Order: sequence, then C-alpha cells, then structure tokens
Amino acid sequence: MTNVPVHEWTLLEAARKVREKEISARELTSALLARIETLDPKVHAYITVLPEASTALASACDEDLAKGVVRGPLHGVPVGLKDIFCTRGARTTCGSRILHNFDPPYDACVTEKILGAGAVLLGKHNMDEFAMGSSTETSYFGPTRNPWDLSRIPGGSSGGTAAAVAAAMCFAGVGTDTGGSIRQPASLCGVVGVKPTYGRVSRYGMIAFASSLDQGGPITRTVADAAMLLGVIAGYDRRDSTCVDIPVPDYLSAADRPVKGLRVGLPKEYYEGGGLSPEVREAVEKALKALTDQGAVAVEVSLPHTSFALSTYYLIAPAEASSNLARYDGVRYGYRSESATGLIEMMSKTRAEGFGEEVKRRIMIGTYALSAGYYEAFYGKAQKVRTLIRRDFAKAFEVADVLLTPTAPTPAFRLGEKTGDPLTMYLSDIYTIPCNLAGIPGISVPCGFSAEGLPIGAQLLADSFREETLFAAAGAIERGLPVPRTAPLKG
Amino acid sequence: MAITREEVLHVARLARLSLSEAEADRLRLQLSAILDYVKQLDRLDTRDVVPTSHAVETGTPFRDDIVQPFGDREAILANAPDRQNDCFRVPRIIED
Repeated sequence: MTNVPVHEWTLLEAARKVREKEISARELTSALLARIETLDPKVHAYITVLPEASTALASACDEDLAKGVVRGPLHGVPVGLKDIFCTRGARTTCGSRILHNFDPPYDACVTEKILGAGAVLLGKHNMDEFAMGSSTETSYFGPTRNPWDLSRIPGGSSGGTAAAVAAAMCFAGVGTDTGGSIRQPASLCGVVGVKPTYGRVSRYGMIAFASSLDQGGPITRTVADAAMLLGVIAGYDRRDSTCVDIPVPDYLSAADRPVKGLRVGLPKEYYEGGGLSPEVREAVEKALKALTDQGAVAVEVSLPHTSFALSTYYLIAPAEASSNLARYDGVRYGYRSESATGLIEMMSKTRAEGFGEEVKRRIMIGTYALSAGYYEAFYGKAQKVRTLIRRDFAKAFEVADVLLTPTAPTPAFRLGEKTGDPLTMYLSDIYTIPCNLAGIPGISVPCGFSAEGLPIGAQLLADSFREETLFAAAGAIERGLPVPRTAPLKG
Repeated sequence: MAITREEVLHVARLARLSLSEAEADRLRLQLSAILDYVKQLDRLDTRDVVPTSHAVETGTPFRDDIVQPFGDREAILANAPDRQNDCFRVPRIIED
C-alpha cells in the first residue's frame, strides 16, 4: 500500500480514519493548518484562517469521540467555506470592502449543517466580490492563484474554494453558483464542483447576489466526496421560502451506480461555437468515450436558444443584484465613508468607496434595466427568454437522461488577461449560465489536462432534482479517466 | 445603443453611487457596449411567452405569523459603524 500524505486523503477517507481513531481530529486539523501556512501565501485561497477556533473545535470532536459520540458524517474533518456563507464568530466579507469587518450575528443554514455534521471549519475562502466575476480577481483582498500554475487564475467566483481543495488546503469546501461560479473554477482547478437544483440547498445566511439563480454546492476532489457533502447540506429549510421540501436521497450510493443504457445528450450548440478550444473539445470527447465504454448511449440534442443565454443572464443577474445590494448603505454594519456630512451623501460615498469596479458596473446595469421605461424592454424580456431556455432543456430531457458539455471554453487564463474587457470575461461562463437560468443541477468533473498541464473539466446537466444521475455519470467518467486531483505544489 | 452621460448620472443617483468623472465616462462606454450586446434578445418573438421569475415553481409558501425573538441584540449592534446606546447613529438627515 502506498503511503498517501494526510492532506491528500479524500473527504470520505479522512472521515473514516477519524471515526476509526486512526488519526485524531486535532492531528488532522494541525496537518492542514500547517499546509495552509506553507502554501497559502502563494495561492491566497483564504481570506480568513481560523487556527484557534478550528483547533478548539477539533479537540471537542476528539473528546466527543472518546465518549462514543459521532456528531455526523463529517466528524472531525477540516473543511472550508466560501466567504459568502455567514459564520457566527468569524467575519464574513463576501470579498468586499463594504463587508470587510462584518461579524455575522448568526450562522447560514449551510454553516449550521456542516458544523452539525461534525466538520471542523478551517477558514473562509476568497472569492470575486459579491460572487461577481469569473477569475477571483475582483476580490477586495486580492486575487487567488491557480495551484496548477501560479501565473493563472483559478476561475471564479468560488476560486478560493476550488484552489484550496485542489491544493489540499482542506478536504472539501462549499461554494455558490449563480452563473457557473462553482463549476467553472472546479473545472479550471481540476476538482469536482456541483451546482444543485435551485431549491435543493437553503440560501438562508448565504449573502444574496441574484436570488432566482443562486445556489450553494460542494467542491471536492472526488465525485463520491461531492455526493456525500451534498447529502449533508441539502434539505428543506423554512427560512428560505424557495427551498423545496422533498426528501434528500442517498447521493453517495448513486456515485457508483452503473451507467449502462444511460442516454447522454450532446447539445450541438455547445460544440459549434468558435470559442471552444480544441484541447477542451478533445478532453470532453474522452469523457464521452469513458461513458459509452461503460454502456451509456450518445444522442445528439439541440438547445436552440443557447446563444441568447448570456444576454438573458446579464440582464436578470444584475437586475436582481442591484436590488439585493441596496441594503449596503453604511448604516447598520460594514464600511462607512467618513467624509460625508448628510445621510444621502454618506450612503452614496459609502457605496462608491465600499464596492469595487465590477460590482458597481453590475449595479448600474441592473438599475438601468429596472428603471422606469426600461423594465419591460430589458428585465421583462429576459424573463420571457428564460422561459424559452427552460423549454429547450425540458425537450432535451425527453430524449436524454443527462447532457455532456465542456464546463469552460478554455483552460485557466492568465491573471490580468481578461480584466480590461467585461464582455470577454463574461464569455468564460457561456456553457454554465443556461443551467442556472433553467434551475437544473450541473456538475463539473475533471476529464484531462491541456498540453501545458492545465486541468480541463466536463460538465454534466440533468433534469431538476436528478442529482443522482449526475453523480452516476460523473462517477463513471472519474473511473474511466483517472487523473491526479491534487496540484503538485512544493511547500 | 448609446447611452448618454446624463443617463449614467441619473442611474447612479437612483443606485446611490457617487461616481468620479472618469468612472462616469468609462461606465457610459461599457454600459453602451453591454446594452448593445443584450439587444440581440429583440430578435426573438416572445409575445405569447409567459415570463419565468423562478425556475422551480413552488407556489407561495405560507407560515403562521408568530414572532420569534432573535435574542442577541448586542451581536447586531456590535456591527454598527456608529452607535449610541441601542441605536444606529447616522449623519443628519435634514440638511440646512
């Protein structure tokens, strides 16, 4: 048996080894904290590390276990959270100056669930400001770097989480996905990322970006780990009125379900565009072969409104964001401008100084699209096209159980390469956005590397609440195309 | 779809964002480019299409109207940029 270093264990292995007392939660936590201390100055995946709190929590887990108490499936296992989930006792910034000192008075539902399952919270992961971005470069706290190549971006907005998981600075993390913010960074960092069905995971205490699109989900190094973690965070919560009250199935057992006879749809519009890199296309073709080798059947499908998804998204998301972000006014919490004399001036200056460029741009687009005289032409129109996009998927799922596409058009790009032109940056989410508009679940699973050694991910999409099908198909790709999951970073 | 500098400043006022001269100029160009791009939606006939406001239709959830006290007022007030006793302090609202 080869000796796998502690930090490279899967989430499931780490959980089993703590339960079976092969290692204590305290030892496991201190191994990961040491790794963060060595590597994070280079990667910058964390905004906040919690050495004292995590050590104390690990000790409490060890004491419980000595008494025979297992808190849950994550007992004693160190994980991280995107800094968008409120954590009582640990500041929650959303990557923004305007919340740089915000100390939430309550925990998000996802925070409660992972702590309730026994997890040890190592810290809070870096992200694009208010989850608006595709590269983690819009963070007020500075960019995260891709662990596979430090000159490149990790994707975004959950770039800190994907990078921390890929660099083995935590066993798993939870990110959020509004237009691809879990799947795109997972793809670019060579890890697994799941965007669950809208309503599957509670949004309570998850700082809102675009409420009709936002969904939290796991980022892990294996499909089975993602399935287990989704089982922990999914479920009904009355504090989120859009959370759906249906039972949470056993996702973990779905991850090694056979795929014989599974109908894999290939949406032709996703493979036609000129922006798809040949290396990504080749890697996704290998993922398809892995599926068909195990008995799945390929079928061509069409999603005719695909080319309208980006426009639809860039009206709906900023419109909802401009409304959600109206609450940041410097009155009750967060940053306040010191230089104003009157109330309105204080609010306008607070927002001007507290928000970064991308956030202001989206507030402006959204406010414009919702303003008198333009509502029908922009937001109203986009909501109608959203219906057409949903219908496309409903039709495709009549002939296919799952759809296979690239996650991102290219492997990770370089820092600064796309910050000058917002529209070019937006195009990196072209394959992930339609899924959020339709509310369906999606997963990104590693399926190869570029010639330069950069990870490539394949995206699978299924009909609403069919996450089990995603895990079965992603598990089959993982078995057929085993690739390394931990970036070879030297300490 | 070119938007004017006045429109940019009007929207910024609605959004309570004070913009520098340079920001207003840059945003005018960027918003015009983005609005040009999204105008492609006009090519689609959506007269008979019902809008989607939420992808998963769950209906309107109801609950009993029962007060649930939060309990830790201090944790909320501790975040105040400026406070006076149990109140959030703000600059003067009525100007001279």
